[in-house]
Amino acid sequence: MNGSRQGESPSLVEVTGLCVEFGGLRAVDQLSFRLEGGAALALVGESGSGKSTVAAALLGLHRGTGARVGGSVQVAGIDVQRASDDELRRLRGGGAAMVFQDPLSSLDPYYAIGDQIAEVYRVHARGSRRAARARAVEVLDRVGIPDARRRSRSRPHEFSGGMRQRALIAMALACEPDLLIADEPTTALDVTVQAQILDLLHALREETGMGLLLVTHDVGVAAESVDEVLVMRHGRTVEHGPVGAVLGAPAQSYTRELLDAVPRVDAPRAPSAPAGEVVLEATGLRREFGRGKRAFAAVDDVSLTIRRGETLGVVGESGSGKTTLGRMLVGLLQPTAGEIKPGGGVRPEVQMVFQDPVSSLNPRRSVGESIADPLRARGEPDEGRVRGRVRELLERVGLEAAHYDRYPHEFSGGQRQRVGIARALAADPRVIVCDEPVSALDVTTQAQVVALLGELQRELGLALVFVAHDLAVVRQASDRVAVMRRGRIVESGPADEVYDNPQDPYTQQLLAAVPALDPGLAARRRAARREPAMV
Amino acid sequence: MTRLAGFVLRRAAGALITLFAISVIVYVVFYVTPGNVAQITCGPRCSPAQVHQVAEQLHLHDPLYERYWHFLQGLVVGQDYSTGTSVEHCPAPCLGLSYQSDQQVTRLILTKLPVSLSLVFGAMVLWLVLGVGTGVLSAWRRGRLTERLLTGITLAGVATPVFVIGLVLMIVVCGELELLPFPQYVAFTDDPEQWAWNLLLPWFSLALIEAAAFARLTRAAMLETLAEDHIRTFRAYGVGERSVIGRHALRGAFAPVIALNANNFGGAVGGAVLTETLFGLPGIGQELVHAVNVVDLPVVVGMVLVIGFFVVIANAVADVLYAVADRRVVLT
Repeated sequence: MNGSRQGESPSLVEVTGLCVEFGGLRAVDQLSFRLEGGAALALVGESGSGKSTVAAALLGLHRGTGARVGGSVQVAGIDVQRASDDELRRLRGGGAAMVFQDPLSSLDPYYAIGDQIAEVYRVHARGSRRAARARAVEVLDRVGIPDARRRSRSRPHEFSGGMRQRALIAMALACEPDLLIADEPTTALDVTVQAQILDLLHALREETGMGLLLVTHDVGVAAESVDEVLVMRHGRTVEHGPVGAVLGAPAQSYTRELLDAVPRVDAPRAPSAPAGEVVLEATGLRREFGRGKRAFAAVDDVSLTIRRGETLGVVGESGSGKTTLGRMLVGLLQPTAGEIKPGGGVRPEVQMVFQDPVSSLNPRRSVGESIADPLRARGEPDEGRVRGRVRELLERVGLEAAHYDRYPHEFSGGQRQRVGIARALAADPRVIVCDEPVSALDVTTQAQVVALLGELQRELGLALVFVAHDLAVVRQASDRVAVMRRGRIVESGPADEVYDNPQDPYTQQLLAAVPALDPGLAARRRAARREPAMV
Repeated sequence: MTRLAGFVLRRAAGALITLFAISVIVYVVFYVTPGNVAQITCGPRCSPAQVHQVAEQLHLHDPLYERYWHFLQGLVVGQDYSTGTSVEHCPAPCLGLSYQSDQQVTRLILTKLPVSLSLVFGAMVLWLVLGVGTGVLSAWRRGRLTERLLTGITLAGVATPVFVIGLVLMIVVCGELELLPFPQYVAFTDDPEQWAWNLLLPWFSLALIEAAAFARLTRAAMLETLAEDHIRTFRAYGVGERSVIGRHALRGAFAPVIALNANNFGGAVGGAVLTETLFGLPGIGQELVHAVNVVDLPVVVGMVLVIGFFVVIANAVADVLYAVADRRVVLT
């Protein structure tokens, strides 16, 4: 390690009175904290809390963007505010390295991964190209990329999500920084891969003694990884202390709210009304994509029943076929084999709520018009009746009738998802398939949307299919659960049974990978997972 | 790489099929028109006997598919034309005879093609260097005076007709400053140095206009890439701005530039009429305009086919370059 800074400043990171303003908006307001060398701190907060802005400020990434930064930031002995461009460049990657959220878009698609790591290495350690490539292979090997020499020549798209995140961590390791800043490092990953990445970060910290600043919205991820937690809201500190104390006995009401909203994978769902008659029955569903040698079955021999007033949770990791299954149930995709039969003879109306409430609404049309679409599609000629019904629906999902003429960008994520639900309700469906309805939302908003769905279900006797990757959310929302892997259902049954007493090894593995809110339990689980399987 | 070789083969086959389709369409459009095709082909001053002979040579009395078959045969293996007293051999690729200028169309085109290709190749090198260079510079200096100036200049470039730029260049460079003689085409094979000097102004006037489009495209593509996450990664690792721009952002502009270049190259081979006319270059474009004016049907058909050939080839080459440049392209 290049140790010049050790003598000057006792702390690895010292932030005092940090303020960051974009235009007139104050994203970070009078934030102060310290991080000693080798220690780990998590900045926890919901979207818009300013946590990523703080992380960017540590590397001076706001310079030249027009943001106004006040206060003082010292990282590895460098005053980030006053440092020259050259000093700042040496700090970036050399003294403190950052791991970004989305590992696909965070690497250059055109260059080999090994070359990208070598390029960064050569910025900081003057050396030959050959030495830099050797270093790249070395760090790729360290983060657990199998056959690192050969794989270092791959482009990012040839890596899986977990491997890309490992490659980004390798890039961070290349110059042996004293501080690793990880901005939502596992948010785009499946839960089993997330556990592996968190374990890797933990092992690297033990090995190299580097400090860790973790930015996350996921309290569970923080509990797994750090010694101290700083809870942020509206750019300010809400609570700051040791992880066990803050998560175990929060002093502030906002922290308690945040913790209460986190869905627990081990908490049974409140009992709901008994399920009614079968409305939809699928048998032997199969869906293939591609032809000839490239054909593969996204969904393979799936059978399930959907009952009135009941929620069927479909849980699985990316690529498990859960979205394809959902689309077949709605009729957006035709099954290659198998059939979907209505329970009572006539095919019930099936509607869908989509994952991304931003891109699933037309930004150029008012939300009222979007909700009215299914009504008009059914040939409702009377404009007054359409408007009346839309107003009624808006109120039904907790918005105001006057919101009819507003546009999607005027709403928050949670409100937009309510619009999506209203649109699904417009056609008077008996079944609604919700594809990751809350995964783009903050935990507190998640809880509200899940509650709304439950309420609508009770009142209207809806059958819900709740497709999601988040095991805890699925448990919170579902009566029965089907666990999918590689297109098949590996286990299904009443939610409490599946979660409390999983039979299939894959279900057990999934549940063991869910981050625990209790740091002690997290450490015990980590020990049990030692020597992780490869991504 | 074997995957790439397969892709190149498939793409070449695709180009051949496209060319075949173009030949059918061109043939049908021009030779299956209402009116006396033989009379039109031969020209207004032909005697009935001559018209009859032309009809024989074009197989106008045969069914359509046989007529087309003869045409295709001429293209692939060549053809013999009997003029009554002697037999003229037209070697492959034979595009027929121009009765009005009493020449084989292929030979006519071969005298014009080097002129057009000289003009377009040289101009292409210039427009790529000028256009991409300006684009990179204005993406790098975005928001500053340099960028605003460059944006203004390129906008003016897009909006200015080629004959204005060409005339101004000629008047200033050749007339006022007397730096260059007034251009006059000299074949490359005769005197490469004179060839280049004489083409300098035509190259510039054609390239300046095209370069403006490339500058705007490059700038837009680079700004888009600069907003992407992986650029942020390299900045956050202390990689210098020069490398971020020149290595990572420029790479993102590669694909659109290749695509636009293929189009413009193909189009300019037959479409640089104004430049050719202005500088007195006896190229394809000028000849095509002439042939259309006097309704010299075989020449028009031949020219259209040759221009189509260059457009198709340029696009096929672009597709292959595209696949080499971006490995994510699915090779099917």
